[in-house]
Amino acid sequence: MSVYINKETKVLVQGITGSTALFHTKQMLEYGTKIVAGVTPGKGGTAVEGVPVYNTVVDAVEATGCNVSVIYVPAPFAADAILEAVDAELDLVICITEYIPVIDMVKVKRYMEGKKTRLVGPNCPGVITADECKIGIMPGYIHKKGHVGVVSRSGTLTYEAVHQLSQAGIGQTTAVGIGGDPVNGTNFIDVLKEFNEDPETYGVVMIGEIGGTAEEEAAEWIKANMTKPVVGFIGGQTAPPGKRMGHAGAIISGGKGTAAEKIKAMNAAGIEVAETPSVIGETFIKVIKEKGLYEKCKTH
Amino acid sequence: MNIHEYQGKEILRQYGVSVPNGRVAFSPEEAVKIAKELSTDVVVVKAQIHAGGRGKAGGVKIAKNLDEVRSYSKELLGKILVTHQTGPEGKEVKRLYIEEGSDIKKEYYLGVVVDRATSRVTFMGSEEGGMDIEEVAEATPEKIFKEIVDPTIGMTGFQARRLAFNMNIPNNLINKAASLMLGIYKAFTEKDASILEINPLVVTGSGDVVALDAKFNFDGNALYRHKDIVELRDFEEEDPKEIQASKYDLNYISLDGSIGCMVNGAGLAMATMDTISYYGGSPANFLDVGGGATAEKVTEAFKIILSDANVKGIFVNIFGGIMKCDVIAEGVITAAKEVGLSVPLVVRLEGTNVERGKSLLNESGINIITADSMADGAQKIVELVG
Repeated sequence: MSVYINKETKVLVQGITGSTALFHTKQMLEYGTKIVAGVTPGKGGTAVEGVPVYNTVVDAVEATGCNVSVIYVPAPFAADAILEAVDAELDLVICITEYIPVIDMVKVKRYMEGKKTRLVGPNCPGVITADECKIGIMPGYIHKKGHVGVVSRSGTLTYEAVHQLSQAGIGQTTAVGIGGDPVNGTNFIDVLKEFNEDPETYGVVMIGEIGGTAEEEAAEWIKANMTKPVVGFIGGQTAPPGKRMGHAGAIISGGKGTAAEKIKAMNAAGIEVAETPSVIGETFIKVIKEKGLYEKCKTH
Repeated sequence: MNIHEYQGKEILRQYGVSVPNGRVAFSPEEAVKIAKELSTDVVVVKAQIHAGGRGKAGGVKIAKNLDEVRSYSKELLGKILVTHQTGPEGKEVKRLYIEEGSDIKKEYYLGVVVDRATSRVTFMGSEEGGMDIEEVAEATPEKIFKEIVDPTIGMTGFQARRLAFNMNIPNNLINKAASLMLGIYKAFTEKDASILEINPLVVTGSGDVVALDAKFNFDGNALYRHKDIVELRDFEEEDPKEIQASKYDLNYISLDGSIGCMVNGAGLAMATMDTISYYGGSPANFLDVGGGATAEKVTEAFKIILSDANVKGIFVNIFGGIMKCDVIAEGVITAAKEVGLSVPLVVRLEGTNVERGKSLLNESGINIITADSMADGAQKIVELVG
């Protein structure tokens, strides 16, 4: 079991003929992801890497039955690409594109209200269910099949955590990068709910960063609802206030959104927070040993 | 991206928002000339820097005649203003805004932001004007009122009136205040602002509702569709290294430590700074080279790090996803050869094309210390820098 995606997932790549999309389409196919279609307006009828290309998302859905899309479309056109996927009633849209204007995302979120589609991202590394389906830009080889769910606002920090877990023999169910933008589709709580309900997931690693209050809200939800151990990390403990640290959402403003506040809220909810990013794996192992889950989580 | 108050007011003026008359001056002579043309009894001389808290720091002066305009302008131009937002080093005043005085009856606060919790543009208003709004939020949160805007329909008249009533704006001026808010919403969304603060918004003796200040921040992601806003950028307000970095789409922020960092991904870049600090070092910068970096971009990033005289060592920490390790390696090698490497360099590579990246570094003949993990690399560079 896993969350959001598995080996049955039929994937559509939006913007498939761009160079980044091409590179990652190849990588996803090599990983075993079932990529059944691509969309680039005006390139319908052609094929790349053996994947048929369509002009519109609706055409791709009708021809292939794809249910999940991944977006590599450049930022000025990415919001429109999300709307097209939502209109075509896909189950899940994963938007990799970064630098989408925030006002565009405000409109996208409003349009999505009451629609069936879930959006992950934008500005995220994607979603991967180890050994089954990789959708996004993460390096596949670091992931190992197992029982830990990973959810993170940062792409490269997700890799860091997954790598540490895998090297210690702790595999993962699914790793979800929710992205570093202030207005995004899926938040920590959405993913935590899925992990809480997934029988194969025994524990969760949650990686946050400065800015906003998503970590504080997640901590409250965990305290009230989560039946599985959660270990956290917060990036940006030494970041100066008022500066946007790369991610549009990573900014301490008006004294709010500091790492110290988030860590305090997480500790208060019983979540152990790793002191440095290098000990996320170690900290998780310590906690599951205390809970008697280590043997169950260890990949033999 | 930030702009000056006078530029912000010019934008508001275009949207029919009432602001006092005024113009920018770069010298005391210009200031006097503008004051003459304004021909009002009282003229306000306002220092233009990209930071709030100017009033408290002595950057706003009330002049009652042209001599005072001249002397205040002389005093302010070239002065280093230290406010709670500039840091202890302060900012030099190079521009002044010369504005007609306003007959203030009462001050209010009006702010507009893209609120993360609701994913909507949100107005915040309070009758506690002129004060630091964070202090109001802390002390009397019940005095801050919000209106959340539905993007499909925009700010509505009834919401604007409700906010004005809640702010205790006098009954006879509610419609003027509401129409100002509608103009502000239009300016905010059409120009892709991310924050706009009018502090204070004032009611005048003659019965007008006027924006006495305008602090805009624009969404950097949307600048590609606003050439007019890009032109307002004041390079003198920014760190030269940050300007150089922005030419190459590098996310670079100058800090005051001694260890230069080059990292891919904002989260990992922050975590790298945290780790260096944890082992007793101090980062000289935040630098996310981004996902689509070319070898050329990496070379530039390297040069920018080395242009900082405080840098005593460099830590390159890459976990390649969209970024390929061999591209990073090529960039590092080219840069090291071009600019000459005078400080220790620790490199940690992991992820996409890692083997190719490592062998490129090994074959380069450059003195590079490799690290197996982020912690290992951070410890090594901290030791080398001493």
